[in-house]
Amino acid sequence: MPRLNYAGAVNAALAQLLASDPRVLVYGEDVAVPGGVFGVTRGLRKAYGPDRVFDTPISEAAILGSAVGAALMGCRPIVEIMWIDFSLVALDQIVNQAANARYVSCGRAPTPIVIRTQQGNAPGACAQHSQSLEAFFLHTPGIRVVMPRTPQDAYDAVLTAAHVDDPVLVIENRALYLEEKVDISLREHPRPMGWHHRRRGGEDLTVVTWGAITHRVLQAAGQLADQGIDVDVLEMPWLDPFDTAAVADSVGRTGRLAVVHEANRTGGFGAEVVAGLVEAGVRLDHPPVRIATPDVRVPAAPVLADALIPSVEAIAHGLRGAIRERAGAR
Amino acid sequence: MADLAAMARIRAFEEKVRELRLAGEIVGSVHLCIGQEAGPVGACSVLEPRDALFATYRGHGWALARGVPAEAMFAELLGRASGLNAGRGGSAYFTAPEYGFNGENSIVGGGAPLAVGAALAARVDGSGRVAVAVFGDGAVNQGAVHEALNMAGAFRLPVVFVCENNGYSELTPIAAMVADPELWHRAAAYGMPGRRVDANDPSVVRVATAEAVQRARGADGPTFLELMTERLVGHYIGDAEQYRRPGEVDAARAREPLVRLHDALAAQGVSDAELTGIVSRARAEIEQAAGRALAAPPADATSAREHIYA
Repeated sequence: MPRLNYAGAVNAALAQLLASDPRVLVYGEDVAVPGGVFGVTRGLRKAYGPDRVFDTPISEAAILGSAVGAALMGCRPIVEIMWIDFSLVALDQIVNQAANARYVSCGRAPTPIVIRTQQGNAPGACAQHSQSLEAFFLHTPGIRVVMPRTPQDAYDAVLTAAHVDDPVLVIENRALYLEEKVDISLREHPRPMGWHHRRRGGEDLTVVTWGAITHRVLQAAGQLADQGIDVDVLEMPWLDPFDTAAVADSVGRTGRLAVVHEANRTGGFGAEVVAGLVEAGVRLDHPPVRIATPDVRVPAAPVLADALIPSVEAIAHGLRGAIRERAGAR
Repeated sequence: MADLAAMARIRAFEEKVRELRLAGEIVGSVHLCIGQEAGPVGACSVLEPRDALFATYRGHGWALARGVPAEAMFAELLGRASGLNAGRGGSAYFTAPEYGFNGENSIVGGGAPLAVGAALAARVDGSGRVAVAVFGDGAVNQGAVHEALNMAGAFRLPVVFVCENNGYSELTPIAAMVADPELWHRAAAYGMPGRRVDANDPSVVRVATAEAVQRARGADGPTFLELMTERLVGHYIGDAEQYRRPGEVDAARAREPLVRLHDALAAQGVSDAELTGIVSRARAEIEQAAGRALAAPPADATSAREHIYA
């Protein structure tokens, strides 16, 4: 089992895909000769040639639109949008073009593309390099969305996404790329979409989360465990398809739900998770809680950003709030 | 003669569509290409089945010229189950990849990057495919078109960019929206040949397109063709066209492609009966196609949720 960090795991998945399928193309801004601004695609051009791994102009509409066109011709393009914020200049190509092709053609023109991007705040990043935009894409039927946090999930998410015959948005996180190396399984056959992880078992509260903030959620859950509160933590890398049944199963036992995401609150996917639970008829003993960044732009100075993005303490506080009545009843 | 038949067929199709739209059989926005038939007929005559063409919402003529059956197109416009896209596309979003017609596009300029992708694919799949991006004059002011032109130029991709300049970007004169109304001039900035083409003559369009296709297929890169044309109708059915200059459309009718080719063939000695026959045969075929489409059952409501994912 090789030991890889997150960036290395994504690289390994791309290499595996390029090696196994001649229809796979990997391209985007600075991905080939420079190997990516975060080094994720290093070495791929040399190994697989400049016709299949290449740099592009700084033209998100051309990158994404050409991916759609190439996919319509039978290629399996994997393109990189360096920051998810940049996808907004070419949303037309994702929403109006990629997401429509299969439906309008009754399945005769599928667009199996992978859009790799990364999002989230990191110290000093400005408001145009810090957003968490998964909800934008989750609102668009026709696109799958996965947000891996661990190296293993990053490898598996890229591998699976490239085998799905629809557009898949893989949202990585630059703050995770260079985290420590871990043993990962470089499986050849992709896992089916939709997996999740129970990161902690508990009967007092269900916490649903995804992306980099899962680290903080797990620390917060650890603090609560020290206080005798056991939290069931479900990390959901796949947001579309989303395993509502897994959440319902957990909440059925705990009767309480908190959702934690880095994206801002209003219209965030947390609202959808809560609504899905309510619609599923799962009985809640306490009003559900959303823990999210407030509806504010993201400031550059770390002291300001830290005041907004949920910290371990803020998450722990929020989780305690979600079980207050039960704790009081004891 | 073949050009006249093909153009008459498109004209008859569009006139029938207008009739059905005004009668309320077809609903929604419909953009006709009446007056612009020579472009698709000339250009598509030199394309091969392996080539990929991306059109605009004024794309009925391009679809017919690529060989898409008229009946399936009528059925699509009428929301029938037998429609080209089983009712999902409508007038402005026909898609028929099996005919090398890779879609109309309702987003102005939205198809140009797709054509670049089809050309990128040709670089690795050995197909020898040429990709054709059709867009209107208004689309030259869209960022996505410039990104597509630049990437195709930078990578010397096999793309033919076909700009149909009918003088109006929707309801506004294109000349008022650009500093240089000679749109083909822009090609130079992207390192590709550009030229203006008299698109009221299908044979002129054919020659220009053949040259561009040959360049593309020979790995010599993209070409930009500005097809000078005139739409004899509104931007959409129901457009009051108050933006037109007095007498403008009447003048255009005197030089429009069907009249011009008809007169040229007559001057060459083709009999009136023969010319009339070409047009009436086209009309009869279109009438029959429309009749069959009208008689077909409506789109299946239970299918509305299908084909969103694999």
